[in-house]
Amino acid sequence: MNKKQQKNLIRILLATAMTVALILIGHFLPVPKMVMNFLFLAPYFIVGFDVLKKAAIGIVHGQIFDENFLMTVATVGAIILGENAESVAVMLFYQVGELFQSVAVGKSRKNIAALMDIRPDTATVEKDGALETVDPDEVPVGSIIVVKPGEKIPLDGVIVEGNASLNTAALTGESMPREVSAGDDVISGCVNITGMLRIRTTKEFEESTVSKILELVENSSMKKARTEQFITRFARYYTPIVCLCALALAVVPPIILAILGHDPMIKAWVIRALTFLVISCPCALVISIPLSFFGGIGGAGSKGILIKGSTYLEVLAKAGTMVFDKTGTLTRGVFEVTEEAPAPGFGSGELLYYAAHAEQYSNHPISRSIREAYGKEPARENVSDVEEVGGHGVRAVVDGKAVLVGNRKLMAEDGIDCIAPEAPGTEIHVAVDHVYAGYLLVADRVKEEAKDAILRLRAQGVARTVILTGDNAKTAEVAAKETGVDEVKSNLLPEDKVREVERLLDEKPANTSLAFVGDGVNDAPVLSRADIGIAMGALGSDAAIEVADIVLMDDDPRKIALAMKIARKTLAIAKENIVFALGVKILFLALGALGLIGMWWAIFADVGVMILAVLNAMRTVFASPSDSGS
Amino acid sequence: MKKTYGIEVDCAACAQKMEDAANKVNGVAQATVSFMTQKIKVEFAEGADPAAVMPDVVKACKRVESDCEIVLE
Repeated sequence: MNKKQQKNLIRILLATAMTVALILIGHFLPVPKMVMNFLFLAPYFIVGFDVLKKAAIGIVHGQIFDENFLMTVATVGAIILGENAESVAVMLFYQVGELFQSVAVGKSRKNIAALMDIRPDTATVEKDGALETVDPDEVPVGSIIVVKPGEKIPLDGVIVEGNASLNTAALTGESMPREVSAGDDVISGCVNITGMLRIRTTKEFEESTVSKILELVENSSMKKARTEQFITRFARYYTPIVCLCALALAVVPPIILAILGHDPMIKAWVIRALTFLVISCPCALVISIPLSFFGGIGGAGSKGILIKGSTYLEVLAKAGTMVFDKTGTLTRGVFEVTEEAPAPGFGSGELLYYAAHAEQYSNHPISRSIREAYGKEPARENVSDVEEVGGHGVRAVVDGKAVLVGNRKLMAEDGIDCIAPEAPGTEIHVAVDHVYAGYLLVADRVKEEAKDAILRLRAQGVARTVILTGDNAKTAEVAAKETGVDEVKSNLLPEDKVREVERLLDEKPANTSLAFVGDGVNDAPVLSRADIGIAMGALGSDAAIEVADIVLMDDDPRKIALAMKIARKTLAIAKENIVFALGVKILFLALGALGLIGMWWAIFADVGVMILAVLNAMRTVFASPSDSGS
Repeated sequence: MKKTYGIEVDCAACAQKMEDAANKVNGVAQATVSFMTQKIKVEFAEGADPAAVMPDVVKACKRVESDCEIVLE
């Protein structure tokens, strides 16, 4: 509780004690009612003076018809009618409700904010051999910072010394630690678990990953969902309407009764009107809807799913068409040797041996993938006369044999015939002493989670899945088959992708949305053209963070289904709260207007609904179990 | 030019009122209040000086919501 809340609590307790004492006095001692009513004004002012003051200021500034106004009219009305004890009670309950709301909302806010607590407080800079602790803001690019076990990495940089396991959970929701050592890039916001690291910073704090993410999260609650906007607009019209209804309730029935020659029962109808006013406070709605959305966004954030605004939750929840970029999204975007096909006379492993040795000086991704598949460090002394044949491959002498490693054109130059592989991928043919030795296939692998990801999306109601890729048809179709995606369009240039997305937008059923999922590289136009753009594997990619509406911090495509689930649950909870709060209000308004319930019930209904709605809203934070999938 | 300031406000409806009020201040191109993060983000109009505009924003907000606070630095 903060100071203001503590002060309010003391006021409430004091006023409660006085009220109880006065009720007891009135019960046991023959004090005249006039005197009692006068005495009740003391706790009334203690507990309600700020409400009265705010109502007065509101009227002066033309801001009538808010909660304070409602409460003031209701309680002052009760006092005029001589129902001072009731008036104090109503004010007391109102303040208890306000206090609860303020404490509960403050707490929820902090809980949700803590989910995204990645801001580093300090950085330890090494200067002339001495360590100095400074604000991360003040560290220039190229400084050497030291991060001890247990500390957050404050700025993006490259490790110059040390090994460590990093906990990236706050950024990615991934609980598996990441091993890093000298030469690796590290991202701010990760927590160093094990070893001491010396890092050379490559970005200023403002430009570091942690700042970008924080900015995104802080701005997320500013792009308000339609449901959320509806509630704030609703409150603006609701209160004046209710006030007019209350006025009508106080005036119209007595007049009709008088005309019909009955007793007008003015006092009874005025009390009903005041009860009506007490019930009508819209706080349950106004507080719980934004809280629901904030909770959903916070909960998603803790799973490594950054959502740029509550409006995107609404769009995502009705995604019916999901379009994927292939490389880096459904596939790993890393080349691997997928097949080793030795020609007759050559053993398995021999191809890799020759290829890895011949290619050992090359830095091409395909060469690297071959060396990785070989698994050992190729021996330098066995290799000589390495000659790179630009764009085609390598000639070298390995163990005294003339080795050719490269594509078909390279083989053709030496008049060597090749076998054509059936599987998709890049072909690397090998010849040893002018004899064809076989081929290696190097391809990008489909992510293990991709198939499961598509299944889960179907379960969430995504009816149509499409791959759009610049790759060749064979590779694209195999990827579609392996992942279970319905349609595939290959050999597309970036502008073709935009055209395809526009066509799909035209074809999608009404009331559904189209999401595009890409890895943020070259996808900007499509990401912005789709109803909702989802960027994957965004850790460290500024472009993706800027252009997408939803950013998945790690590479796991299953998170898309999880994000949809969270979006649905959040919307469901928001709707529950609207229906529940409005339903109870309308019921009690009717009961109040008919005179079936008094002010006590009215205030219970108001505070109770609010408490339940706030508790319900908090469920959004726990929208799903902690693992990334289920 | 955009700047974000911390605020203290008790209820979501009051935050909305502050937003509406801030948006009417001269020199403010767009203001957005987030009740949940307790922040106001102000985009200033071309050539407007934040130091000159913000006191007016505070005043406008105080008019509609007497016990709100905006932390200027």
